[in-house]
Amino acid sequence: MRWKHSDYTGWGRVHRASGELARPERAAALSELTKDETAPAIGMRRSYGDACLNDNGRAIDMSRLDRVLEFDPDSGVIHVEAGAQIGHLLKTFAPKSWLPPVLPGTGFATVGGCIAMDVHGKNHHGAGSFGQHVTEITLVTPKGEQIVTPKKHPELFKATIGGLGQTGPILSARFPLLKAKGDVMVVTERRVADWESFIGLLDTSEATYSVGWIDATARGAALGRGILEEAETGGGLVKPAKRGKKIPLNAPGFALAPPVVRAFNATYWRRVPDRGRTSVKPIDDFFFPLDKIHDWNKLYGKNGFHQFQCVVPLSSVDALRAILEKIANSGLASPLAVLKRMGPGRGGYMSFPMEGYTLAVDFPNKARAEQVIRELENMTVAADGRVYLAKDALASAANIRAMYPEHDKWLSAVTKADPDRAYETDLTRRLKLRDPA
Amino acid sequence: MTPTWIILGATSTIARAFARLVAERGENLLLAGRDMAELNRTAADCINHGAPSAEAIAFDARDMASFAPILDKATATEGAINVAVFVGSMPTQDEIDGDPALIAGTITDSFTGPAQFLTLLAPLMEDRGKGAVVGVGSVAGDRGRLGNYVYGASKAGFHTYLSGLRNRLGRSGVHVVTVKPGTVDTAMTWGMDGLPFLAQPDKIASDIMRAVDKKKNVIYTPFIWWPVMTVIKSIPEAIFKKLKI
Repeated sequence: MRWKHSDYTGWGRVHRASGELARPERAAALSELTKDETAPAIGMRRSYGDACLNDNGRAIDMSRLDRVLEFDPDSGVIHVEAGAQIGHLLKTFAPKSWLPPVLPGTGFATVGGCIAMDVHGKNHHGAGSFGQHVTEITLVTPKGEQIVTPKKHPELFKATIGGLGQTGPILSARFPLLKAKGDVMVVTERRVADWESFIGLLDTSEATYSVGWIDATARGAALGRGILEEAETGGGLVKPAKRGKKIPLNAPGFALAPPVVRAFNATYWRRVPDRGRTSVKPIDDFFFPLDKIHDWNKLYGKNGFHQFQCVVPLSSVDALRAILEKIANSGLASPLAVLKRMGPGRGGYMSFPMEGYTLAVDFPNKARAEQVIRELENMTVAADGRVYLAKDALASAANIRAMYPEHDKWLSAVTKADPDRAYETDLTRRLKLRDPA
Repeated sequence: MTPTWIILGATSTIARAFARLVAERGENLLLAGRDMAELNRTAADCINHGAPSAEAIAFDARDMASFAPILDKATATEGAINVAVFVGSMPTQDEIDGDPALIAGTITDSFTGPAQFLTLLAPLMEDRGKGAVVGVGSVAGDRGRLGNYVYGASKAGFHTYLSGLRNRLGRSGVHVVTVKPGTVDTAMTWGMDGLPFLAQPDKIASDIMRAVDKKKNVIYTPFIWWPVMTVIKSIPEAIFKKLKI
């Protein structure tokens, strides 16, 4: 297997790595490779921070192993190679009225990445996390392929789900797709005036899919204003949206200047009429609203950006309000802010979700933003919440240990699977996740 | 009746992308190549992308004995038969200079093997009176370059063969498409530096499918290679022999 020297980044483009990548195209090539080289696997690099980086080391790009090996049209169970993109599965199976059980915010995420981050979607409150649906994982170890199931290998399985790739490359996985009513979404959008109304609506929402878009620049009485989207799958015909606008170059600095962002947000909010509206949307438009703009991360220019995402328990709702207030008052936030109610579902020791509310906000990469994010992280610890490692680029090792109480269980399973720490990434090194307590 | 596509060299990355397009159109596939385990995975992928049938079958361009079972399968199908040839091998020119015996294998993989297969298949296609032949050549076949002229020569031979086959089969309603891809982002080129206009396999596959639908004779893919090669072909030999391109 040939290795290619590459300079690469995470989606936020703040952290960078330089090292050799292999990209096997055949399953046997991956097995061969793993015999003489243990290196972490990476996918489409949609993690924002450094979870997908191995600076000065080697990594295995899994994106070419993307085949659907089995699909049972009766049960919906699918067996798929780990490099398959979740949006491709959606596109392929939605016309047959089957959906991936959980869809993260981008369709470019691979199945392997969805497992390693135990991603959640707009149906988390009902359907739980991605990893909870997975029934079988095939790992490629130096000794060969190992089929891991929750029954036979409970610890290894729970260390692999949300396990940041530290149990080794995933060749394939098995999970059931969910039966849908059709291949479109029936979406109801409502304007929400402020924070209290938003929390109230999220608490009582009965929709299968729900997500709140918050104007993170609105302050005072308007704090927390935004749009609540609730959706169900539906049948019928709708014109698919035109795809693929590209951002060719790094955008100039003023593209996300505060006045531009404020104007955008105000317009976005007023777009939805006062009384709300219900419309039919192509399924990928609802799940992956930003994917239509390829490389939208370049909007933030060559310095890149951070996404801060935390979840806090239901009882810490006031602490989350304080977090949003801090974000709004900082004047640094971008238009992209998401608020969602989460259920308790989580599949692994290091999974992000907990029952409560999650908030995600983008910040351009500036010194002042970094300071704000560090403070937000401390507020999150104090609120018994946690930050999402798929997004994180700045957290401290001590804070992460405090946020992830099952870290010790994960560490013992991971140490057993990879005693030489060959699968370490820039993220696990930065957060000292593989160090004994 | 549903058409059937024979894909020679179906483990190649471009072939896999093309096979998936065939599957999404709901057509049958015979996936021919050497690595059966890998072919079986691709066959499963095709079934799950809509192919009514997709079967892995052994094919070795250097072993004519492997051709008969594929021809038998093709004969047993109903409806149009299409064939797409993705086989080929590209040792570096340095390797060849060190071991000229490699030339025979390169020519067999990229030219004579597929040509023998197509010649055996031609009467059946003429008999059906429809269908398409896709022959994947290379821009390297347009001119003998310092860097890979044995590979280029084998592709040039294949281009000429396809041109003749087009002339023959066109008379009975079978269309032949010659595809000349530029550099493509595959395992073959992974780690090579400074490749111009590097294209993704999906793009090549969809260009091929469009060429089949539109009954194009010869295509360059991506299209940028047409002007590029037009210029390169027009350079007089007296000048070209001094260039390193």
